[in-house]
Amino acid sequence: MKILVLGEHHDGKVKDSTLATLGAAAALGGEVDLLLPDSAAPAAADDAKSIAGVSKVLVAADSALDHELAETVAPLLARLMEGYDVLLASSTTTGRNIAPRVAALLDVMQISDIISVEGPDTFTRPIYAGNAIATVRSNDAKKVITVRGTAFTKAERGAGSATVEQVEAGVTNDRSSFVSMEASESERPELTSAKIIVSGGRALGSSDTFHQLIDPLADKLGAAVGASRAAVDAGYAPNDYQVGQTGKIVAPELYIAIGISGAIQHLAGMKDSKVIVAINKDEEAPIFQVADVGLVGDLFKVVPELTEKL
Amino acid sequence: MKVLVAVKRVIDYNVKPRVKMDGTGVDLANVKMSMNPFDEIAVEEAIRLKEKGAATEIVTVSIGPAKAQETLRTSLAMGADRAILVQTDDEVEPLAVAKILAKIAEEEQPGLFLLGKQAIDDDASQVGQMLAALLGWGQGTFASKVEVDGSNANVTREVDGGLETVALKLPAIVTTDLRLNEPRYASLPNIMKAKSKPLATKSPADYGVDTAPRLQTLKVVEPSKRQAGIKVGSVDELVAKLKAIGAVA
Repeated sequence: MKILVLGEHHDGKVKDSTLATLGAAAALGGEVDLLLPDSAAPAAADDAKSIAGVSKVLVAADSALDHELAETVAPLLARLMEGYDVLLASSTTTGRNIAPRVAALLDVMQISDIISVEGPDTFTRPIYAGNAIATVRSNDAKKVITVRGTAFTKAERGAGSATVEQVEAGVTNDRSSFVSMEASESERPELTSAKIIVSGGRALGSSDTFHQLIDPLADKLGAAVGASRAAVDAGYAPNDYQVGQTGKIVAPELYIAIGISGAIQHLAGMKDSKVIVAINKDEEAPIFQVADVGLVGDLFKVVPELTEKL
Repeated sequence: MKVLVAVKRVIDYNVKPRVKMDGTGVDLANVKMSMNPFDEIAVEEAIRLKEKGAATEIVTVSIGPAKAQETLRTSLAMGADRAILVQTDDEVEPLAVAKILAKIAEEEQPGLFLLGKQAIDDDASQVGQMLAALLGWGQGTFASKVEVDGSNANVTREVDGGLETVALKLPAIVTTDLRLNEPRYASLPNIMKAKSKPLATKSPADYGVDTAPRLQTLKVVEPSKRQAGIKVGSVDELVAKLKAIGAVA
């Protein structure tokens, strides 16, 4: 089996999400090549070639691929797939944007967001906001798959010795163009790869109290900050903090849910965390049904006290 | 400009789905069904474009059982002009849905095709992207802002790490994210009026699309349950507990 992995990179490094996707490739078995698109790809090639399990790093250093627009990356992948059996992409917004476009170009069904590999053509994936797990078998000759990063062991750096090969992009795109990117500033760990996450909900009441209470606790723990959809919709935290079915899926060692009731859509994003701690004044809140440790109390008193005592 | 909107009838988002004992799927008998929340946002956006004068006609499309008519009537009550039901009792996968929608797009020649970013039942998040590929159009997925200006649309997308804006040449595909808008409720008079708006019923065969599934669902099970946790009475106990399980130093 020959597997092509769509690599994502930033600042000369392959992203953690891609390392996890390479972990899924290892579970599938076979020869694994990693594609790095865009004009910054050569800078990440050194990092990529040291990753365990990668045979070849394909560098497509063409500015036409910059910003990973689906209209350019998908046709390149579709062309490269002539030589591969499986395409794996991460379930990031980049992977989810591009992979289905490739699948349609290849006339195959995509298997979205897999959480395990059960066989060469059989996978499990969550449906209904993680309330059910489906085992699916693909009858397509070529497979296009997106991978839930939190479900797989990340491939390690340092043990690999891949060869690096340049590939022609050979794409044109008159349908779309990049205009701008407004990045959220954060010095904290990235949400999807953080070991500890402190997450706040609507009960925090305002953007000011959200940051006054959540940020110091997160900083004390070296944690990333997350939020429920309610907190994001109310404007207490930016969109990309959102944990849930429609936001990010996380599975840290420790998840501290503060003032979050635990709606289905939120639980879908965090219930695979190793230890869940809930702080909520409503002892009937559904979050307590999944929490390992629960504390019923007023978060405005409890959180500062917790921050101080840690 | 005509706007097409795809809507799906799914389990209501407030209902906790129950997995069937025989492992064949999720029990949908006697369960409340509604329009997929992201599709409501897509319908709302189409209506706003019409209210701004950017859109002239809104056509909503659904693929599914006869009952999907209710979902289309809801879209008509919100403000869509007419609807197309592609009726089938088979489960239709995203690829086949995209193929049917592509045929409808070729017939209807819309300037913009709006879809939700994902359906909350299969959580696939594929149809919009696949449709864009089949039509060779640009795609603005996970949109939180759409600005149509003549023959172009600027779409702000919610991406990991922030917001990205892309310019799309029309016709184009846009899939909606939660923060694009707040969908309106249909008023009673509009619900009555929607009953007389045109709704055409078709079949997948009318569009020559083979809906045979490519993926076979072998089984559907409940996720493993978490073990019941404990409740602590004070912050000191919480800190002690966190230290005991090694979660914090």
